[in-house]
Amino acid sequence: MSAQDLEIALALAAALFVIGLAGMIARRSLVFMLLCAEIMLNAAGFAFIVAGARWGRPEGQTMFIFLLVTAAAEVAVGLALILALSGRLKDLDADEMRSGGA
Amino acid sequence: MELIWLVPAFPLAGFAVLAFGRGLPGKAAGVVGSASTALSAFAACVVAWIYVSGAPGGALGALPYPTSLWPWLELGSASPAIGFSVDALSIVMILVVSIVGFLIHLFSIEHMAGEEGYHRFFAYMNLFVAFMLILVLADNFVLLYLGWEGVGLCSFLLIGFWHRDRANGDAARKAFIVTRVGDVALLLGILLVAANLGDLGIGEASRRAIAAWAPGSGIAVLAAALILGGALGKSAQLPLHTWLPDAMAGPSPVSALIHAATMVTAGVYLVARSNAFFTLAPQVMTAVAVIGAATLLVAGASALAQRDLKRILAYSTMSQIGYMFLALGVAAWTGAIFHLATHALFKSLLFLAAGAVINALGHERDVFAMGGVAKKMPLLFWTFLAGAFGLTALPPVTAGLASKDAIIARLWYVGGNARLLWWAAMAGVFLTSLYTFRMLFLVFAGKSRGAHSEDAGLAASGALGAPTAVPLIVLAVLCLVGGLLDFPRFLGGSPFFGSFLGGALPPSPELGTDDVQELLLSLGPLVLTLAGIPLAWLIARRGIAATTATPEVRHPSRLAAFVRSGFGFDSLYSFLFVRPVSRLAGRGVDPVNLASEGLRGLTMRASRLLRSSQDGRPRRYLAALAVGAAILLAAVLL
Repeated sequence: MSAQDLEIALALAAALFVIGLAGMIARRSLVFMLLCAEIMLNAAGFAFIVAGARWGRPEGQTMFIFLLVTAAAEVAVGLALILALSGRLKDLDADEMRSGGA
Repeated sequence: MELIWLVPAFPLAGFAVLAFGRGLPGKAAGVVGSASTALSAFAACVVAWIYVSGAPGGALGALPYPTSLWPWLELGSASPAIGFSVDALSIVMILVVSIVGFLIHLFSIEHMAGEEGYHRFFAYMNLFVAFMLILVLADNFVLLYLGWEGVGLCSFLLIGFWHRDRANGDAARKAFIVTRVGDVALLLGILLVAANLGDLGIGEASRRAIAAWAPGSGIAVLAAALILGGALGKSAQLPLHTWLPDAMAGPSPVSALIHAATMVTAGVYLVARSNAFFTLAPQVMTAVAVIGAATLLVAGASALAQRDLKRILAYSTMSQIGYMFLALGVAAWTGAIFHLATHALFKSLLFLAAGAVINALGHERDVFAMGGVAKKMPLLFWTFLAGAFGLTALPPVTAGLASKDAIIARLWYVGGNARLLWWAAMAGVFLTSLYTFRMLFLVFAGKSRGAHSEDAGLAASGALGAPTAVPLIVLAVLCLVGGLLDFPRFLGGSPFFGSFLGGALPPSPELGTDDVQELLLSLGPLVLTLAGIPLAWLIARRGIAATTATPEVRHPSRLAAFVRSGFGFDSLYSFLFVRPVSRLAGRGVDPVNLASEGLRGLTMRASRLLRSSQDGRPRRYLAALAVGAAILLAAVLL
């Protein structure tokens, strides 16, 4: 992998991250926000993979596996919370939670 | 001598017991209060005895005994401690304070019986005695200032003792605020001494002042003037005297103890104690004498026009303290302290007797509504008479005779412009005779003029209980013989008191040695006083005639009203200080507060601004986080 490839790949990772962040800021629905968080995690994971491939070392992939596990845990907890909140809120609007979800 | 701390400790302990032991039954509070002051008086006597008998070489009052209890403050090079200094001057003061204090406590047991707040009364009185003893024993200016403020506090609390009546609270506040003006001056003076001389011990600072400051130099004058300011406030001298007549709102024992015998004379003590500073500032010494003379005359004339028995005595106190300031002003230190001591005796006696009369007549204070008390209460009459003879310096009562005549004679011998002061003092003697005997005739002579003529209270209190009678009799006897401590030489007396104090105070200007001249000088006041008696009788008669002629609406002449109001100082101060300030405050805009109010407004506005950023919307937090991260990133990369 050449240095140019690395730059392109990292730019892709950065673009993914910004898309995720923008989506998280723009969307109100909790489900979509969780989705956007996944996109940002994947952006970070992609950057690890690329970096690992560039220098031919295994740590990049190790970190990605860590990230997968974290993401899985995050989805599990996040979805459980959303499920629990869905009964209390009209729709899953994050701004609605200001009043403490009453 | 190391046990000197016991003297103030007893009343302080008494205060603690009374303040925290609310369960004490009935008169136990009075007994506790009196016992603590009795122990204190006993301790003071023991200390005095040790001091007199233990002086090296048999010389009286040779050296001060400093006793430092524990370190207190570290102020740069000065480190004032909780320390007492025992010398002849403080011995005299603790004897006066504790013995007169004890007698007044004893008197109060019965006098104050049945009053609401009986406990509170004795607690405050004990606290006062403790602070007063600390004041006179302190070996440094800071501890002295602690006592100084402490007695001011107790004075405030006791003037407003009957706090349910708004007027009493106002009088207490007035006393506190007016004396505060002087206290601030004293504090500034102490700070000036500390900053310039680097030591706050009274003896050490005095020695350094003598070494460092030229006589009459600006700084010496400033220091003495500031200390004098404090003394004027506490001792109710012109122009800070207006609080004392109003202070009579308190119970009579309070007036006797605080506003006659001890606290108001603290200013005299202060000037005598810091005599080194005053000696360095001759201009201020002149001011002391002139202020004393002016107060003497103004207060004496005011006393002549008063109707309230206690106000007469209050003005009389101011005028007598004027004599002490006169003596201080001509460097007759021992004479001033001697008059302080005898004045404490006869004036507290007068106040106690007056208090007993007022109580017996159902809290009647107007002298025109009294009369004929002599027949019903002979004991009160005779003791009051003893006090009045002391006040007017008439024999056979020696208390005032020896002390006041000595001051007047000294003024004569100083000569020069001091002759004017001598004339003022002689006029004061005449005024004293007039107001004292006017009061005596109005209260005790003739028939009762009040509506309470055959009042049950009068009949019941005709027989005074022992706790009331004993202090009166003891004080009367002390008045009779007190002056013998320092009796004029040409009458066969010896200046025991003066030579005792000589160890603590610089020598006074020499008296003449011509016995004939001294005799003439002493006869002058005596003749003036005797001449005043018939005139006082006429004034009293005219006063009675005027009040009985038109009892409802009697318009006193403008001059009389002016004199009765104490020469209009109250209205003047009201116009100059009180009204402008209350007008400013009444608008709701306090210019002094603007700065702090502005700070508060600024903080409120800023907090409102910040509060809006914390609105509970996670997406905004996220956006803010993203922006922050971007900025950080930019800062790292660029």
